[in-house]
This record gives sequence, structure tokens and C-alpha cells, in this order.
Amino acid sequence: MTLPLPWPFDRQYMQLALVAGLAVGTTAPLIGTFLVQKRLSLLGDGIGHLAFAGVAAGLLLGVWPLWSALVVAMAGAMALEWLRSRGRAGGDLVLALFFYSGIAGGVVLTGLSGSFNASVLSYLFGSILTVAPSDAWAVLVLGAFILAAVAFSWRALLAVVLDEEAARVGGLPVDGLNLALAALAALTVVAAMRVVGVLLVAALMVLPVGAAQRLAGSFLATLRWSALIGSISVVAGLTVARAFALAPGGAIVLVAAGLFLAVSLLAGLRRTTGEALAPPMGL
Amino acid sequence: MSAVLEADAVSFSYPRQAVLDCTTLAVGPGEFVALVGANGSGKSTLLRLLLGLARPQGGEVRLFGAPPAQLSQRWRVGYVPQRPVLAEALPTTVEEVVASGRLARRGWRRRLRPSDWTEVERALAMVSLLDKRHRRLSELSVGQQQRAWIARAFVAEPELLVLDEPVAGVDADSQRRFRDSLVLLVRERGAAVFLVSHELGAVADDLDRVLVLRRGKIVFDGAPDELTSSGVSLGIHASDLPLWLEGPG
Repeated sequence: MTLPLPWPFDRQYMQLALVAGLAVGTTAPLIGTFLVQKRLSLLGDGIGHLAFAGVAAGLLLGVWPLWSALVVAMAGAMALEWLRSRGRAGGDLVLALFFYSGIAGGVVLTGLSGSFNASVLSYLFGSILTVAPSDAWAVLVLGAFILAAVAFSWRALLAVVLDEEAARVGGLPVDGLNLALAALAALTVVAAMRVVGVLLVAALMVLPVGAAQRLAGSFLATLRWSALIGSISVVAGLTVARAFALAPGGAIVLVAAGLFLAVSLLAGLRRTTGEALAPPMGL
Repeated sequence: MSAVLEADAVSFSYPRQAVLDCTTLAVGPGEFVALVGANGSGKSTLLRLLLGLARPQGGEVRLFGAPPAQLSQRWRVGYVPQRPVLAEALPTTVEEVVASGRLARRGWRRRLRPSDWTEVERALAMVSLLDKRHRRLSELSVGQQQRAWIARAFVAEPELLVLDEPVAGVDADSQRRFRDSLVLLVRERGAAVFLVSHELGAVADDLDRVLVLRRGKIVFDGAPDELTSSGVSLGIHASDLPLWLEGPG
């Protein structure tokens, strides 16, 4: 069914792309907001690399790649969080081990399955314009779950971000909340695979947050601004991609990067000209 | 009356270094007690054991009569950490920081109710930050930030407040306000305060007891007057206590 929407969303494939894109554009920055504050901006990237190994395993075993990617991404996210919480993933080396093992495992498995083709590339770089209704529904359900989880637990997650030990003394289940955040990050990566691809998914988790925290006056407003900027990036990226026949995943991320740069330049310009910063905007 | 905080012959050591050696202490309800010690004396380790963040290798720790891991009403213990290191651009407001402390009382799964927000306002008023509630924490001075962390601990209405080096690097005005807030908590709410520090200038006149930790052992446990009568100044010459602590045991 095609809805009567204006150009560029007048075709069904663009409407499906819009649905999947908005689900990811809204939720990826929400999870990214917590990761950035915990100085784990690269976690999404690492999980993305592992998810690629999951996709390759799915292709080899004849399983729907979204499911196999979900299993591997979840397991990897949990392992990374386990190491981090025990102070064993502080260095870049442990993270690098996961990142490159993931991508190397993916390459080996796709080689074994003989499927290093457009199907694999669509997971690496995204293929939002070929999203099927079933994919759009899956992404929508994952997005709704992530949104509900953040709405339910953002204050507790913030308490953990502020100070883990104080949160622990206050009786908060710090380990459980950290694991839940890692699991949500894995869900987000898998949901975003078809939209921007595993290689660019971390950008959608981080860039809108970078812009949002320069605009917002509170943590809650940062969550809202980041979701809004992520959504704008998706709509503008899809529009530009259709207008100029560009790769949509890359276009979405470039728009997000442009917004981040524009907001940062504006904030920097105001500081250097000595002008008082405008009061942070609530949302 | 039973102690709210107890360490009974607690020992702890790292692979090549004994940190605590049969350390024993107790804090009663409504008491205002300071633990002082030089850098490396074992203060931080003892604090982690007392709060249940680490397990002693010998002896026993009790919070309100129970091992820390078995204390179900965690809100009874408020904790002010030594100035947390936050991401530079963390966009959180003072009110959000303080409200996060209320989760200990309300439960992290539940939404904060109007009565919780009343407590948030009261805690902010106690540390004179009500007018800065909507400001970003990062925009405040070090002293004001420290008061926000204290309000975060106050807001759960704890019966025991544990503070780790709360006035290190804090300006005189904030030290005075900090002292007023603690005295209010002790006198009006009847809460016990356990303050870990190496300087006591701001609260020297209000303490019930001082404990001195040296090389993992409590070497003094008594009223501040007893310590000052031995020639150690707690308040007038702020540098005297740290110098004495560093001296030969």
C-alpha cells in the first residue's frame, strides 16, 4: 500500500525507507547519548563489526541474517561490558581485538559461504531503499522497544553515568543496567544495519548526540534533541539521496555530520566573538 | 543503641601490600564522626569496605546491623563520592543530578512523584542551590558542584551520610555552606555523618569524635578536644592536622 505523501516519499520504497529510517534515526542517538557520556562512543562501531560476523554466519547457515546478527551482536556486547566492568577493557587493545575479530570473522565466513556479493555489501553499507515490509516492521518493533526501554530507565541510566559507585551504594542494579544498555546498543546496531550499514551505524549513534549536547540545557533535552536531529538527518539524507541519486546510508550520515559541524561552529563562533551564549534550548 | 556503621577487626591487603590490619570502628545513630589519615593510610580502602563496594579479607562490616550486601533499605546510606570525573560536555542539570539520588528511596523502576520533587527542592535548599537548579552542573564552581553531590545524597533522607574528601579544593564560602548543611542534617534529622578527609577545618567544632587511621590501624578514637590537647590543631591552623598525620607514627 502506498500512502499519498509528497515527493520524495511518494513511492512505496521511499515510504518503507522513511519508516525504517525514522525508527533508527530516533532510537540510535538515544542509546548513543548514554554511550557518549560513558566515553564509549566506539562501542557501537565494535558491535557493528561483530554484527557483520553474525550476518556472514547467517548467510553460511541459511538463517535470516538479522537474527544471526542479533545473537552475535548481543553476545559480543555482553562480553565487552563484562570486560569493561572488570577494568579489563580500558585499553584500546581489547576493543580492537573484538572489532577486528568481528570483521575478519565476517570475511572468512562469507568466503566459506561463497556469498561475498551485493547481499553482504547491503549489510556493510546499508540498503534502505530495498527494505521489504517485513524488514520495516522488524525495525519498527525494535525501535519501539528501545524507545520504551529508554523512557522507562533513563533516570536510572543517568544515575549510573554520573557515578557508578554512588549508584551502587544507593541500591541501583548497576551491573544489570550496564548490561541492559549494552544489549540495547546491540539491538540498535542490528536495527540500523539495513539503514546505514554496520560500518556507519556508530555515526548515527554519536553525531546527533554531539550536536544535541551543544543545544540542550539538560540531559532529558539532550535525549530529545538527539532523537530530533537523528530524524532530521534521515529525512534530509533520503531526500538528498533521491534528488541526486546518491547512496542513502552515506547521505544520511553526511547530513548528520553536517548538522554536528554547523552546531559546533555556531557555538564556537559565539564563544570567540565574546557574545554571551544563548540560553540552552529546552525541548 | 546499636551502631549504624561498624567495622570489626577488618583486614585487607593487596598482593604485595597490607592496607588494613584488624581495623575496628563504630559510628552510632546521630553521631558526627570524622576519619582522618594521611595519603596512603588506607582511608579509601576502608571506605569501600564500609560501603560494601569491596569485601574484607578478614573481619566483618555491618551497616545498620547487617552485612552491606544484605541491607535491603539502601536509601538509609547516603554517599557523597570524592568529586566524580564526568564527561566534559555532560549536559545534565543540577536538578537532574539531585533527582537521581531520589531513586534510592523511590526505587529505580518507579516514576518520581510530586512528594519526591518536594524532597528534591528541600535538598537543593539545604545546600543553597535552589536558584541554580536548572543550570548545567558543569557551569557551577567546584564548591557548588560538591554541594550538588551532597544534595544528591541528602535527597534520599539517609540515616547515615558517608562523605569522601568532600571539601578538597573547595572555596571558603562553599566550605561554610557545606558545614551548615551537615550540621542541619545531624541536628534536625538525627542522621549520623561519617566524614573521611585529611583536613577538618570546616567542621572541627561540630564533630563528636575523630578517628585517626595510620598505616591501616586506628591509632586515635576520641573527642576532638582530646586530639587538640595533644597539640594538634583541627581548625585554627588548618595545615597542622595534615602535617601531624604525615609525621612519624
